[in-house]
Amino acid sequence: MDRSILLGPLLLRPLLLGPALIRPPLIRPPPARSHFRGGGFAPVAHRWIGAAVFVLLIALAEIGTRQGWITSLTLPRPSDVLETFGELYSSGLLWTHLSVSLMRLLVGAALGASFGVAVGVMIGLFSYVRAGLVPLTAALFPIPKIALLPLFVIWFGIDEGSKYALIAFGTFTPTVVATYGAVDNVDRSLIRMGQSFNLSWFSIVRKIVLPGAMPGILSGLRISLAIAIILLVAAEMLGAEHGIGAYILEAGSLYDLERLFAGVAILSLLGVGMSAVISLIERRLLNWRQ
Amino acid sequence: MDIRLSGVSHSYDDFEVLRDISLEIPSGRIVCIVGPSGCGKSTLLRFIGGLEQPSKGEVLQIGSPPADCLNPLTYIFQDFALLPWRSVRGNVSLVLEDHGIRGARAEAIITDVLTRTKLSDFANALPKQLSGGMKQRVAIARALAVNPAVMLMDEPLSALDSQTRELLMDDLISLWTRTPFTAVYVTHNLAEAVRLGHSIVVMSRRPGEIREVVHLDKPLDQRQYGDSDLEEQQKYLWQLMREEARAADAELVHV
Ligand SMILES: Nc1ncnc2c1ncn2[C@@H]1O[C@H](COP(=O)(O)OP(=O)(O)OP(=O)(O)O)[C@@H](O)[C@H]1O
Ligand SMILES: [Mg+2]
Repeated sequence: MDRSILLGPLLLRPLLLGPALIRPPLIRPPPARSHFRGGGFAPVAHRWIGAAVFVLLIALAEIGTRQGWITSLTLPRPSDVLETFGELYSSGLLWTHLSVSLMRLLVGAALGASFGVAVGVMIGLFSYVRAGLVPLTAALFPIPKIALLPLFVIWFGIDEGSKYALIAFGTFTPTVVATYGAVDNVDRSLIRMGQSFNLSWFSIVRKIVLPGAMPGILSGLRISLAIAIILLVAAEMLGAEHGIGAYILEAGSLYDLERLFAGVAILSLLGVGMSAVISLIERRLLNWRQ
Repeated sequence: MDIRLSGVSHSYDDFEVLRDISLEIPSGRIVCIVGPSGCGKSTLLRFIGGLEQPSKGEVLQIGSPPADCLNPLTYIFQDFALLPWRSVRGNVSLVLEDHGIRGARAEAIITDVLTRTKLSDFANALPKQLSGGMKQRVAIARALAVNPAVMLMDEPLSALDSQTRELLMDDLISLWTRTPFTAVYVTHNLAEAVRLGHSIVVMSRRPGEIREVVHLDKPLDQRQYGDSDLEEQQKYLWQLMREEARAADAELVHV
């Protein structure tokens, strides 16, 4: 190889101008491994890190409250919360609260999500429905549904009916928006393929549009269900004898931090559980994705 | 079943795409359509398949399709258009289900077309597991399953690398040699046109008109990669297209 190229033009120019007798010294940089710069930006599963963060935070709170640099007014001791939780469990109250809450969540979210998916699919498929309902959904979406609870109480009664309605209504709007977005995003070329093979309209919807929209619908459900849990607690705080929301409210008004945190932990677990169920469904239904 | 286009013209609003296309697609032959980008080849194919209607002229079917033909005009798409959530077998059975063909009858058809396209070992694979060439063979198998009278192929090999393309051309030729099918084959690639076409329709730039129809008499199974007479034909086609392609290319810049 030509040595002057390695030395570069800056070195070269004065040398060329200078006396021709002075030859540049032979300097070759040692071979270096080419720099890797293609990493990152790809999600990699690190299961244990999530758990480790939880454990670390809880351990910190435990040590802090034991050693006194976190006062018991600021944060309850995690071991005390666990003890409270144990009492709740052994007294059978846990199940009393959890069962009514789960029932409300299940009925409300199932109603809201199934109506939401149905309406979303209709909006995606029929332009008249879209023209009529998209503005309405946009108008309903930003309403804090809690504000409507008194109305629901009048319409559906003070008991379970109003709570079901609140949760259903709250899950309905985000599900609609996610669903028609997902239907819009179904690969048009697949629909064209279905038409070119003379598949019936119903077959195209059932075999191409719905499976194609499934990823979007499921990720919408993730959000809707989290909203359902929030509304569940809100409804129970506003008027219920049992339920996790009522339990938390009671603990809060007595300034019983251990019980408050036990209740909050149950909610978190509920959220994690819901998310896990959706992940499971995704893994079963969407294994065809790249 | 033959297809005849008579005086087909089309405009999208004020945008003239096709002008007075008259063409005969005889049964059992492969007609290739070549032309510069944007000259309306895909549009023409949509008219033939009945996915769109021309603003003037008509597309006629002469004679009736064979009795066991489920979908007379069947497309093969450039992007394969396979359902990613269905296996190879499921993708083929998709087009049979709507005709009430299930169970043993469907199984017989599926086995037959998968054997013909050399996919028997991959019946249960999902599209994401297949290479591009295999995906297009699945799409061909799916098209064969409905026993089409005419296959409408829009740049079916354009998404594939050149080696895979050669292999698939060989596959298409051996499929045709065993049971001749009718096809309209749109392509950019003149080498594909001279390998597969019984006649080659050369179109002008937009608005697309027929410049010339070249007939090739050499039987398909005697055409080989790099045959000198085919190369001659290819050169001739390129002579015809060169100026059009250049002009079409320049046109896009002005838009
Ligand atoms: N639905 C449509 N509405 C308006 N213009 C269209 C429509 N479809 C196609 N065109 C226009 O018509 C012209 C011909 O399109 P077409 O897709 O048929 O060309 P083509 O010959 O297949 O091109 P290519 O070789 O790039 O595939 C293009 O300029 C395109 O922009
Ligand atoms: Mg095209």
